[in-house]
Amino acid sequence: MSEPLLSVRDPLLSVRDLRVSYQVGRNFVHAVDGASFDIPRGSITGLVGESGCGKTTIARALTRVIAENAAITGGQILFDGKDLAKIPEKEMNALRWRDIAFIPQSAMNSLDPVYTVEYQLDEVLRRRGGLNRKQSRARSEELFEMVGIDANRLNDYPHQFSGGMRQRVAIALALALDPKLIIADEPVTALDVIVQRQILDQLKELQTRLGVSVILVTHDISVVAYICDRTVVMYAGKVAESGTMQAALTAPSHPYTMGLRNAFPDLQGAASGILTPIEGAPPNLASPPAGCRFKPRCPFALDICGTEPPVIEVAPDHPVLCHRAHESAALRIESAKTETWMAPA
Amino acid sequence: MNPATEKTVTKKPAVLVSVFDAKLHYAVGGAFAAMRGKSTVVKAVDGVSFDIRRGESVGLLGESGCGKTSMGRLLLKLEEKTGGTIHFDGEEIGAVRGSGLKKFRSKAQLIFQNPFDAINPRFTIRRTLSEPLENAAIPRREREGRIITALELVKLPEPAQFLDRYPHQLSGGQLQRVVMARALILQPEFVVADEPVSMLDVSVRAGVLNVFRDVRDRLGLTAIYISHDLALVRYVCERTIVMYLGRIMEDGPTEDIVREPLHPYTKALVAAVPVPNPDQSHDPLPIGRGAPDPRNPPSGCVFRDRCPAAHARCASEIPLPKPVGTRTVACHLY
Repeated sequence: MSEPLLSVRDPLLSVRDLRVSYQVGRNFVHAVDGASFDIPRGSITGLVGESGCGKTTIARALTRVIAENAAITGGQILFDGKDLAKIPEKEMNALRWRDIAFIPQSAMNSLDPVYTVEYQLDEVLRRRGGLNRKQSRARSEELFEMVGIDANRLNDYPHQFSGGMRQRVAIALALALDPKLIIADEPVTALDVIVQRQILDQLKELQTRLGVSVILVTHDISVVAYICDRTVVMYAGKVAESGTMQAALTAPSHPYTMGLRNAFPDLQGAASGILTPIEGAPPNLASPPAGCRFKPRCPFALDICGTEPPVIEVAPDHPVLCHRAHESAALRIESAKTETWMAPA
Repeated sequence: MNPATEKTVTKKPAVLVSVFDAKLHYAVGGAFAAMRGKSTVVKAVDGVSFDIRRGESVGLLGESGCGKTSMGRLLLKLEEKTGGTIHFDGEEIGAVRGSGLKKFRSKAQLIFQNPFDAINPRFTIRRTLSEPLENAAIPRREREGRIITALELVKLPEPAQFLDRYPHQLSGGQLQRVVMARALILQPEFVVADEPVSMLDVSVRAGVLNVFRDVRDRLGLTAIYISHDLALVRYVCERTIVMYLGRIMEDGPTEDIVREPLHPYTKALVAAVPVPNPDQSHDPLPIGRGAPDPRNPPSGCVFRDRCPAAHARCASEIPLPKPVGTRTVACHLY
């Protein structure tokens, strides 16, 4: 495994102008419409956004496990010198589990209820990893120890585990073949706050120890702030901004990210703080607005925002999809005021 | 709380809801579970007492399975308690039947968690909001006006345009406002909101929460806000009741609980809340691993098997709620 390195030079994964569309009747819904971002080696990146922003579609497209009515219609997914968007299915299949592991939303659904968890680990380790029965058992025990479950529970069925434990099993499965990249889709969303925190701590500890890269798909910015080094913020099928976590929290530069900061309560904030919603709702992707997709909800929108916004690097490693990105410092000050969001332009 | 609770009801009309030693036990499993030595009773709510003053907003906080939703349902008589007493406006609700029950229902309402499930997808918004008015025998000619007023109250812009729409034509945030309007249309005194924003996206949550706060203040509502999210509870409620496995662990002003939690469980709960701050502490939580098992709670204090401060007494004796400063705490440490 390579050493943790926080730089977009020599990224593990580079997504360039990725497009994924769903066919719905005669229409096409462009769920991901030109997304670009880098995943450095040994990092945890939070892919954040609201429901329908395309974050889960991207996560699935990276492993090419997408719905039947969906297709990658453009762009590149560069991983280890290969373009995952184009390689034959057979080659892609060889990468799954070995190089890229996927933890689907809700571990309840990712585990087969009629097999013991050992059987499910064994299937990955022997069929995919080429281990023999004895090696597989030893590795299973090792994996359980890594995620903090007693090895004598290997023979239990998924229903015998609590929700948090099942999530640990799903993490063990993902780690089974020592992948380079783990994609976790809302891994802690269904869990209570204490279990959530314990799982996140575990994930972070393993990620650091093993040097693996993790993409954490979530709607919860607090979770991202808690364990991620980097973030990719999505809105309506496009990447609004991406960069280090520090930059996203201290210098959010897309108005959407600025708005989100005012929209959810912070336990460390002042008790008297007022939350400010972003008025309106995300657009219907079957007929998105022309130009910037955030324009209908954006308090800073100008006429020019009716045209396709450019990607502007407000700082090194901090691209922002906004016509007014160069003014972001001034907009940030305005965005902290509740009045700003009362009457969108 | 204290055994004098029942007396205070009659003396102080300031109290709207008074709960004393409430219990809700469910029968589960059966003969086979009993044979395997498993408990056949789940004590969803087990000896809970508290008073709610008129106009107060109280958060019921806890993890799944702690009994917060069951407690909310008991307060609204959607579930019959298996023990204890619950007084609403001085009247024990257990015995309320017939027209008395109908009256109670118009005064005490529930705001549902999932707006997509709580509204019949085949009803227009007009019909959804007419139903409670029909039940309350509001004359037909008054209904439309009442509906518009209710929709204005929850800040749906140009309410008339929504009347003939169906739920799928509304966004989640708009739909949750309709759910709220339905609960408020008969002008209740008391509402129980069960995780009303958990299904909504972050950017629209704040709008619904602000409407909730605004409506509550304008109508002088007494409110229970059920949630697992302390940050949300803090935004809406001045007082918080923390539950664990059917019992109250801590009860007091929300700010005090956030700033200095007293019960070991509350301490872990507060520490676990992620905050949007890269400098947040990553120290291990002061709580044991594992999940509470409502079918086999430990003897004595129900939290003791995960408690870092547990001692011998915690296994033998159930800690009774004690006043500690502004709060009530059920823990042998105090």
